[in-house]
Amino acid sequence: MLHIVNKSPYEKSSLASCLAHAIKGSAVLLIEDAVYAATKGNSAEADIRRATQELSVYALGPDLEARGVRASIVDGVQVVDYGGFVDLVTEHRTNQSWL
Amino acid sequence: MKIGVLVNEGPYNHQAADTAYQFARAALSKGHQVQRVFFYNDGVNNASKLTEPPQDDRQIVNRWSKLAEEHGIDLVVCVAAGLRRGLVEDNLAPGFRISGLGQLVEAGIESDRLVVFGD
Amino acid sequence: MSQIAEEIESEAAVEAVVKKFMFVNRKAPYGTIYALEGLEVVLISAAFNQDVSLAFLDDGVYELLKGQQTKALEVKNFSPTYRALEGYDIEKLYVERESLAARGIREDQLLVPVQVVDAKEMAALMEQQDVIIGF
Repeated sequence: MLHIVNKSPYEKSSLASCLAHAIKGSAVLLIEDAVYAATKGNSAEADIRRATQELSVYALGPDLEARGVRASIVDGVQVVDYGGFVDLVTEHRTNQSWL
Repeated sequence: MKIGVLVNEGPYNHQAADTAYQFARAALSKGHQVQRVFFYNDGVNNASKLTEPPQDDRQIVNRWSKLAEEHGIDLVVCVAAGLRRGLVEDNLAPGFRISGLGQLVEAGIESDRLVVFGD
Repeated sequence: MSQIAEEIESEAAVEAVVKKFMFVNRKAPYGTIYALEGLEVVLISAAFNQDVSLAFLDDGVYELLKGQQTKALEVKNFSPTYRALEGYDIEKLYVERESLAARGIREDQLLVPVQVVDAKEMAALMEQQDVIIGF
């Protein structure tokens, strides 16, 4: 499954909930404010790094750039554009938005 | 693939409407069909013809209308959610139509993928 | 073909496909409209003969709490609607154990019979779905 998270881990628990339900081999795409979770030095970094071990973790490039954090993306998180977002949706049989 | 889109938030207040639009456009560029964009909760406000954002800002409502016109996309506003929020035929922007929640369920059935954008 | 005949045929074509729909509830009632409007989609889905289940986790478990009294709020108490789901043949209600425990809620405090599952089981259930809609 493709899991989509859109909120900062400091605003909502949706990232934590998502990670608690994403089974091995799934994909997690961080969009909108959730991209902050994938920045170096933030306290969610450890969770994201751990996630990259068993899941494929992606962040939406345009959202990183808008927020000025493109350069501080955590290693192991793949940056995709909207086209990549579409590909992730079509590649996975189902998707779930953690709002 | 046939892709359905659900938009649960209104224009400007949340990024959902923007992300949904960019996603839909990218899907079309890749040759997919956007089977329907369904607007629910405050998402119905994406269909208001009365919006007038500042000149230098994106016109979210018009953008949807234009996308629908160029690609023949079915933009559906939930009748009940619309009534609740004062979004009715009289103030409906071009390219949108008002219909029942069944259209959302149908989009889930008919599309290969349904993607939800919200808060 | 007449329009009516066309509609009947397309409805039949749509209903011939049975997908597993899961409606995910993660938000508390009354603070926002998502619980109520989410429930309205569930009710409509009953007309389409799909394989529907509801998942309640995080604050969504609060939607099922007994004893909601909304008079002073002057808003509609829509919690009885969860009891009506059974009449619509919507009987698969899954509630997450960890979410209940974190909130100090016991199963007997819920207003409908549910299946309590842990996060791992919930994750497996989610994987089985064809369409997942959350608000």
